[in-house]
Amino acid sequence: MEQTIIYERPSSMVDLRLNYCPGCGHGTAHRLICEAVDELDVRERTIAVAPVGCAVNAYDYFDFDVCEAAHGRAAAVATGIKRVLPDRLVISYQGDGDLASIGMAETIHAANRGENITVIFINNANYGMTGGQMAPTSLVGQITTTTPGGRNPSTEGYPIKMAELIATFPGVKYAVRTTVADVRGVRETKKAIRKAFELQLDGKGYSFVEILSNCNTNWKMTPVESNKYITNELVNFFPIGVYKDDYKE
Amino acid sequence: MSKRMLMKGNIALAEGAVIAGCRYYFGYPITPQNEIPEYMASRLPEAGGVFVQAESEVASVNMVLGAASAGARAMTTTSSPGFSLMQEGVSYLAACHLPCLMANVQRGGPGLGNIAASQADYFQAVKGGGHGDYHLIVLAPNSPQEMMDFAILGYELADTYRIPSLILSDGVIGLMMESVTVRDDYVPKPPAKPWALTGCKGREKNVIRSLWLDEDGVIINNNKLQAKYREIEKNEIRYEEYMTEDADVIAVAYGMPSRIARTVVESMRVEGLKVGVFRPITLYPFPYQRLADLASRVKSMLVVEMSAGQMVEDVRLAVNGKAPVELYGTPGGAFPEEAEVYRRLKSLLK
Ligand SMILES: Cc1ncc(C[n+]2csc(CCOP(=O)(O)OP(=O)(O)O)c2C)c(N)n1
Ligand code: SF4
Repeated sequence: MEQTIIYERPSSMVDLRLNYCPGCGHGTAHRLICEAVDELDVRERTIAVAPVGCAVNAYDYFDFDVCEAAHGRAAAVATGIKRVLPDRLVISYQGDGDLASIGMAETIHAANRGENITVIFINNANYGMTGGQMAPTSLVGQITTTTPGGRNPSTEGYPIKMAELIATFPGVKYAVRTTVADVRGVRETKKAIRKAFELQLDGKGYSFVEILSNCNTNWKMTPVESNKYITNELVNFFPIGVYKDDYKE
Repeated sequence: MSKRMLMKGNIALAEGAVIAGCRYYFGYPITPQNEIPEYMASRLPEAGGVFVQAESEVASVNMVLGAASAGARAMTTTSSPGFSLMQEGVSYLAACHLPCLMANVQRGGPGLGNIAASQADYFQAVKGGGHGDYHLIVLAPNSPQEMMDFAILGYELADTYRIPSLILSDGVIGLMMESVTVRDDYVPKPPAKPWALTGCKGREKNVIRSLWLDEDGVIINNNKLQAKYREIEKNEIRYEEYMTEDADVIAVAYGMPSRIARTVVESMRVEGLKVGVFRPITLYPFPYQRLADLASRVKSMLVVEMSAGQMVEDVRLAVNGKAPVELYGTPGGAFPEEAEVYRRLKSLLK
């Protein structure tokens, strides 16, 4: 019988076992980025910036040029790269601690300058790599290792909604929030990433894709439970949607 | 033909960088170095380059890291509190073996201090400042001419060794005006950078990183860095001597105080007093050996610096007890006075 391959590893993804916890959304997000890079046939002119956080080893998994940045500084590093090589696809991949806490200034100012880069923002509502501490995106009441009684807004403030915030800057051309918690979410995320890359390649300006992802390990849930938590809980505070699209079809 | 022009030190540095092929400047305003970003804001676009006013020094140095990763000659400049903020990025630049040019036009500290010239960031520049075991090539100009020349030299050394170069200047050298021979006949020849991130067309992917979670990655990288530093210490020590051949007492000074010391020594020589000046030009690598040689035949040395005493530690290390080393240090943006340098040199002659 003749066999048709309908699913395989994207060629711009290295054939390695990922170091992410089984069931973690980082792996899915990596894959979607690599699929989009393959489809657009831009592997040879893509440069990614890897964050500090669980995705710190992203340079091992992407089969294209990667620069690692200090905690939170990815948007500034991406700015430097893009200003030198304006015709390359420059992708900054960052977690919520990286992007919304220590790197908030770099994040906002790169968006405000309208840098022609794409920022992929993995929001898993905690600091994964360092063991599940509170992130700026942790929900009110969320128990983390540094909010043992649950996040209390009167002392820890409220979770920050990045896609909404980023969308307010005129230099931003595209800002969306998606999930990788279910099949529909994965499809939407893929579309969003691809669109963000296309806009950048066309020189249209800054694009931002916030992906609600799980951290099943630190959330102390099974992968399935953690994905349900995203679709049932996280989305209530972080609604899925397009917050800005200057290039609607 | 090179032309001569009256130029401010800061402008000479900026134009020197442009002559050296720098086309990417990222910076944040702070006195006394604002002429540099201001000049670059108009000069670079005209030269086909890019100027970005970053949101902070933290961002500036990381933009430089990105641009250097992409293979460009990139630059940032600042003054003391700003250089403190850059230390995170400086450590990463060093760890990643990235060539670039930075300048610290020092002012009085600690804290917000003042905006007067100072040399109190010596430790930070040559002993680290950021975390980890690393060095920068540190060049100390004492004139607008050298601000220009060292910008060019800084890039050459940075590219040769894949190391960040730092021009450690001060507020007086930055703001003084002097005649400068503009090296506009200089042709930059940056080496090929096969390691740069340009997109992996026709080659394996490149990665620029400072993280190794495996067992000996960091040790291997540190050994590579240290081997490079030994090479630099062998090849790149620079200093200047004035009337040291027969001197009984030598003033050791860099940057602005080296000019004061020279003026004093010139007048003392007229009186027939045997004094000289030793000026380190590279603060890293430091001219330990030459100072040690001089120490074995002078009566004593006087270190003149605009700090409570920082370089004096390296001079003492070099001299290693072979001669007494006295310090005349002026902290907090105060200036060494000629009369005091004279008085101290004279008393050391006795
Ligand atoms: C300057 C600095 N501060 C703190 C850390 C420690 N650190 C490493 S990862 C991390 C949190 C990362 O969380 P996030 O960005 O949400 O990514 P995740 O691990 O969840 O994917 C922190 C605080 C660091 N590496 N550098
Ligand atoms: S700690 Fe959390 S974010 Fe990190 S790999 Fe594990 S599940 Fe993913």
